[in-house]
Amino acid sequence: MFSAADFSPPATVPTTCEPLVELKDVSFGYTRTRKILSGVTLTVPKGKLVAVMGGSGCGKTTILRLLCGQHRANSGEVLVSGQSVATMDREQMFAHRRRLGMLFQFGALFTDLTVFDNIAFPMREHTDLPDDIIHDLVLMKLNAVGLRGAARLKPSELSGGMARRVALARTIALDPQLALYDEPFAGLDPISLSVVGQLIRKLNDALGMTSVLVTHDIVESMKIVDYIYFISEGRVVAQGDVPSIKASTDPFVRQFVDGEPDGPVRFHYSAKTLAEDFA
Amino acid sequence: MNALLSAILVFVSRVGAAVLFGISRIGYATRFFLAILTHSGTSLMRPRLVIREVYQAGVLSLIIVCMSGLFVGMVLALQGYETLSRYGASESMGVLVATALVRELGPVVAGLLFASRAGSAMTAEIGLMKTTEQLAAMEVMAVDPIARVIAPRFWGGVISLPLLTVLFSTLGVFGGFLVAVKLIGVDSGAFWGQMQAAVDWRYGVMNGVIKSVVFGVAVSLISVFEGYDADPTAEGVSAATTRAVVTSALAILALNFVLTVFMFRGEIN
Repeated sequence: MFSAADFSPPATVPTTCEPLVELKDVSFGYTRTRKILSGVTLTVPKGKLVAVMGGSGCGKTTILRLLCGQHRANSGEVLVSGQSVATMDREQMFAHRRRLGMLFQFGALFTDLTVFDNIAFPMREHTDLPDDIIHDLVLMKLNAVGLRGAARLKPSELSGGMARRVALARTIALDPQLALYDEPFAGLDPISLSVVGQLIRKLNDALGMTSVLVTHDIVESMKIVDYIYFISEGRVVAQGDVPSIKASTDPFVRQFVDGEPDGPVRFHYSAKTLAEDFA
Repeated sequence: MNALLSAILVFVSRVGAAVLFGISRIGYATRFFLAILTHSGTSLMRPRLVIREVYQAGVLSLIIVCMSGLFVGMVLALQGYETLSRYGASESMGVLVATALVRELGPVVAGLLFASRAGSAMTAEIGLMKTTEQLAAMEVMAVDPIARVIAPRFWGGVISLPLLTVLFSTLGVFGGFLVAVKLIGVDSGAFWGQMQAAVDWRYGVMNGVIKSVVFGVAVSLISVFEGYDADPTAEGVSAATTRAVVTSALAILALNFVLTVFMFRGEIN
């Protein structure tokens, strides 16, 4: 058995630059008139932890949904392991999804199942492992996130931070090739936030995964990620590794990193002028 | 004149839009039904999933269905006695109670109770699973929610309602017996004997069971469809639950009329 504290990055963290995920000039909109993504191009190399950052509603989560095939791009290519997600048939899509894990913004734990059964769910659905093996595997996953003692609790009995950690354990239940994290830090207290952040990094390295982290938490992300893409109004507006982002003079990056209320990302939603509205 | 014309045009276009919306929803529901049928293999291969839903929809509805059946039978006997005794036919009370329950009241009232107790629960549960992204999480885990969540609930409902209907009718007859024989004093032998002679197994009982199977399919389909199609908001789930109960009730009453016409047309002619 091991605990979260025992995790340390393996001696050789994967450093290959072969891309696992590629978005090439991807555009997407729920309607013809309202574009969410416009010509997004980004690459996630194997073994890396890459953050996609931007304000609320800028299209970050849509990128994850395109990667797991919940949406299909209007134009451009979404490639995972060199395979286009948009052209996958049903069987290929299910095979693709079995190789990825996704942590939803609010956990999306099954409320009628215990913590144990939530983690065991993907194992029972996709493997023929005997119950005693599943039992051991589930406890190992829970131990990794520090919640072995909560195995018999229901999701309604967990705090927000605990629920997020259980969801994290479920995300890695089948040791996925690609892990997708949708706002894993939202609504967490500073301790839980730090624990979840460290777990994401350590699990990525220990399990040899590739991870895409969608978040707007710049401080926590810069502690753990290898590379950052900034998205605004559906476009990649800046990118770089952590040192280059910290040193960047790009107005968008500076506004985001320094938390300025106004700048390239406007505080006010587009509207008529005050004079027109109060006339 | 122009104003009148434009008002008529607006009215016609609204009616047209409503009709188109209704047709597209029926089409969507039909495709959904076919998807349930084609994805039912998982449920059949893993009966534990269906048994859990039979418990949720059927066993947990037992109290309301049994108590209602008992009281409906008792009231039927009281009201029946009032009328039958005027014609000196109070001995036929067993026939009246059993025929009314087995052919009509049993399937219809049990169906309405099932829709309001279990159907609404199904819709709310599926709607909330959608709202909290549990269905999306399942999809991303390469688990089809139609096969894993919807089909077991559908079959749980289809299996439960006929069983509940049989219990409803049985307890109704027992309630009628209590009032007619024990309270009013109708002869026990006449009560059971006339019932036995008049209620045909295939014509009466089986037709009632067939009705309950049809209602079970209708209520379960409407309930799971409304939950799956609910807007993923608190308001959306609330509206879907209301829609499920109202649509189920109307479907039961309309289907009952159609089935009665086909099943008992010999008597009507």
